[in-house]
Amino acid sequence: MKRLILATLLGSTFIVSDLWASTAFISNEKDNTVSVLDLDQMKVTRTFKVGKRPRGIILSKDNKRLYICTSNDDTVEIYDSAQETKIGELPSGADPEQFALHPDDRKLYIANEDDALTTVVDVQTSQVLAQIDVGVEPEGMAVSHNGKIAITTSETTNMVHWIDTQNHELFDNTLVDQRPRYAVFEQDDSLLWVSSEIGGTVSVIDVKDRQIVKKINFAIKGIHKDRVQPVGMRLSHDGKYAYIALGPANHVAVVNRKTYEVEKYILVGRRVWHLEFSPDEKLLLTTNGVSGDVTLIDTQNLKAVKSIKVGRYPWGIAVKP
Amino acid sequence: MPYLICLKGVIIRELLRFLQQRERFFSALVRPLMWLFVFAAGFRAALGVSIIAPYETYITYEVYILPGLVGMIQLFNGMQSSLSMVYDREMGSMHVLLTSPMPRWFLLFGKLLAGAFVSIIQVYVFLIIAFGFGIELPPSGYLLVLPVLIVSSLMLGALGMVLSSRVKQLENFAGIMNFVIFPMFFLSSALYPIWKISESSIFLAQLCRFNPFTYAVELIRFSFYAQFNAQALWICLLSCLAFLSIALWGYDPAHIHKRGPK
Repeated sequence: MKRLILATLLGSTFIVSDLWASTAFISNEKDNTVSVLDLDQMKVTRTFKVGKRPRGIILSKDNKRLYICTSNDDTVEIYDSAQETKIGELPSGADPEQFALHPDDRKLYIANEDDALTTVVDVQTSQVLAQIDVGVEPEGMAVSHNGKIAITTSETTNMVHWIDTQNHELFDNTLVDQRPRYAVFEQDDSLLWVSSEIGGTVSVIDVKDRQIVKKINFAIKGIHKDRVQPVGMRLSHDGKYAYIALGPANHVAVVNRKTYEVEKYILVGRRVWHLEFSPDEKLLLTTNGVSGDVTLIDTQNLKAVKSIKVGRYPWGIAVKP
Repeated sequence: MPYLICLKGVIIRELLRFLQQRERFFSALVRPLMWLFVFAAGFRAALGVSIIAPYETYITYEVYILPGLVGMIQLFNGMQSSLSMVYDREMGSMHVLLTSPMPRWFLLFGKLLAGAFVSIIQVYVFLIIAFGFGIELPPSGYLLVLPVLIVSSLMLGALGMVLSSRVKQLENFAGIMNFVIFPMFFLSSALYPIWKISESSIFLAQLCRFNPFTYAVELIRFSFYAQFNAQALWICLLSCLAFLSIALWGYDPAHIHKRGPK
């Protein structure tokens, strides 16, 4: 009986700790795998196989489903995030790279790089709801928090395309610097941040009139400006900082969102690509493609605390609370 | 009690000499600072980054080179203390010290401790300046490095003492710079990780592994990050003991008389 009670107590302890543990899923572009990183233990606990060339990776709003763009399979794979087993596929159009989920948890907006299209898929029925013509080589995807606007950035046309999510029609374009790669809305949807990889800048755009209100430049001591290539971004919920991954410059820029000045450059692994917060935003995770690791940044002290090896060419991150 | 009085006297004398020689204090700081802000700045992007113990993530070259420069301060100080012993011998003050009723080993150990005390002051001033320029350590590292600095400075001071027992004239000391300080510094992990050196020469990497200064630097590096490097500690302690024994033998009057004046 004593043993039974002890086992029950121990069992419940493990269940509770498991519930508290945050998990990061990292897509490894070259290995065709996803690494599962336990953020409490700060180590990779599992790795599972997925389709060819996994890149974009996001969770459903209830965190139960994991969507992965498997670019070379021309599909979006769906995984059960608890079991890490494949539960389905979605039609995505050719070469899906980045995608964004509408707040309704149903409409998935996918950028089809090779076809100059944005595909909208209903994740429940697997039906393609719309295909919208955008600029050449669409890359970045974002949906506003109020769900009214979807954004596609096109790498070759150098434009931000504004899509009305009600009728799936393009209603405006904004010209930005060379090769826009990633877009993210402010919490109140008043501003849109867009990174330009070759231009080496980040444009902050007023959502009301779609005009650029600020352009942020970067300069890191000892690193040639050609290596400064902004890609992934994250905006903290407290409205204080924007974190911008600078690609082959191997640094993350910390930008003050009041002054738009860069307050710090944090050294991370080689070719830092995408970023994601831990649920409490105390940690910022970066995927470092060339060095094949993930760096954890302490956002309180703005310092890199640990780098953890994952698979080859880690690309995207999704964090499950 | 007489031991304490004697030790206090030796340490105060060394400290006063250090404070009065402002150029020595200045050059002891300028040398590593030049390496940190000029040399390391140039190599910042050129060397590339890699994670090696005790580091948990990527570091700038300035951060990598910091323990090596602390070791450099201690290496130069160890040699400078021995240089002062040669000077004392030429001036006759060494005879005064050695005619003390205290045992010879205690007098020499007192000299070593005095040298270690001075070098630790230099190291902390250097670390404060580096901190002011944003080259920071974990807060605990500033405290944890203290016992390690005592071990490494005693080892390097004992080495200096060995050399001073062999060098009879100040003029000969220039050779020490070329044949001891520079090879010890460059053939170590102070400037580059040993894996990096082995990429270009396995032989050079092996030489680095046989250099006790490498282990002094690694001991300092690990303690900065609250990690313990048992191998480095043992090698430093054993080297210190070996150097101290040779120095005692070198300063043994029976041995000096047998060898005769040079």
